[in-house]
Amino acid sequence: MKKVTVASLIIGAFLIFSLVHSRSNSAALTPRSSPDSVTATSTSAPNSSVPSVTGRGSSDSDEEANQAKATATTSTNTTTSPAPATAASGRYKDGSYTGSQADAQWGFVQVKAVISQGKITDVQFLDYPSDRSRSRYINNIADPELTNEAIQAQSAQVDVITGATDSSEAFMQSLADALSQATS
Amino acid sequence: MKQTRLLMGMPITVELLDPGVATEQLDAVFDFFSSVDERFSLYKEESEISRINRGELRPEDYSDDMRTVLALCERTKQQTDGYFEIVHDGRLDPSGVVKGWAIQQAAKRLRLAGWRNFYIDAGGDIELAGTNDGAPWRVGIRNPFRRQENVKVLTLTDCGVATSGTAVRGQHIYDPYQPGVPLREVLSLTVIGPNVCEADRFATAAFAMGRRGIQFIEALPDFEGYQIDAGARATFTNGFERYVVHE
Repeated sequence: MKKVTVASLIIGAFLIFSLVHSRSNSAALTPRSSPDSVTATSTSAPNSSVPSVTGRGSSDSDEEANQAKATATTSTNTTTSPAPATAASGRYKDGSYTGSQADAQWGFVQVKAVISQGKITDVQFLDYPSDRSRSRYINNIADPELTNEAIQAQSAQVDVITGATDSSEAFMQSLADALSQATS
Repeated sequence: MKQTRLLMGMPITVELLDPGVATEQLDAVFDFFSSVDERFSLYKEESEISRINRGELRPEDYSDDMRTVLALCERTKQQTDGYFEIVHDGRLDPSGVVKGWAIQQAAKRLRLAGWRNFYIDAGGDIELAGTNDGAPWRVGIRNPFRRQENVKVLTLTDCGVATSGTAVRGQHIYDPYQPGVPLREVLSLTVIGPNVCEADRFATAAFAMGRRGIQFIEALPDFEGYQIDAGARATFTNGFERYVVHE
């Protein structure tokens, strides 16, 4: 049992690393039955259908959360349905597949996998923690000595990234669910 | 020359830029990480730490590396008001310092061999030496909400940076004073320190403190931090800005 857990951890970490590492060109995210035909390509420039998570300030946090939710809903609605299986070079059918909403402790995570020509071309976050109760924490930052800011995406080129490279189990769960819809 | 391998359950990347570098140097680094895994893995039945936890080894039989790591754990516990605790359910789990210590040791070996310009990244904790072709290394802080995105870009040289986060492998850090209560408020805490071992152990302990963690880092001389909370806001130490690249 331990070995199974370790094995799945390692595989999970590798899959995520493959998907998110901006420099990795290809990796083995493959359905079992055709190990050599599908590769995942990570996209370094995520498209705009994922809602922004940057805040605007503490006073309008509720409004901000609602806006973010609205954006999230919109992006979900514009998701294209799975296209007929054309040009199936791999086992995944072309289309966009939305995974289940999975609990990541700090909120819910839901991903959308985009399959093009049988390959995963993008994985997008549709859901992330931004509800009202969490936004309220913003108002409770205790110590005024330290500066705080809304986080904001930076596009400057980097050599290496610090942060969590491993999967959250929730992310993997949602991705696995999305991919299971993409296989026949 | 740059290479990534999956070891200790995480991707480890070594980039070494000095002239004359050959694959042997990178192989030696990866071999070192494998040996650390053999000794410290809780998942390997025959690892030294597993034998200790089964009561098969007396303290006087511990290896030097094991003593060093356990001493470092104890020191970290004292320096962090008990927020760093390696005894869980009656078992020793020094994983919280092993990674940072191992990166630091691997970097030390490269430096002793005369290499000057490199970084070693193990699961997002990084030791940086020298420069990238004369310019400081550029290190992104990952957005915990959108993993393909960075929220800060830092220029760093001859130091270490480590990030503790709650999204990594589920909830693997907890508050030893409230073990049942998940840490929800802070999603990630990035710490810059004199080396990756120091940055990592203080990042881990400060993360367990929740929202107060960044205040703990602020109080440490020679350390800076950037803490991202569940509301997508970041709080950072007063000296942090000097590392930030402004576009």
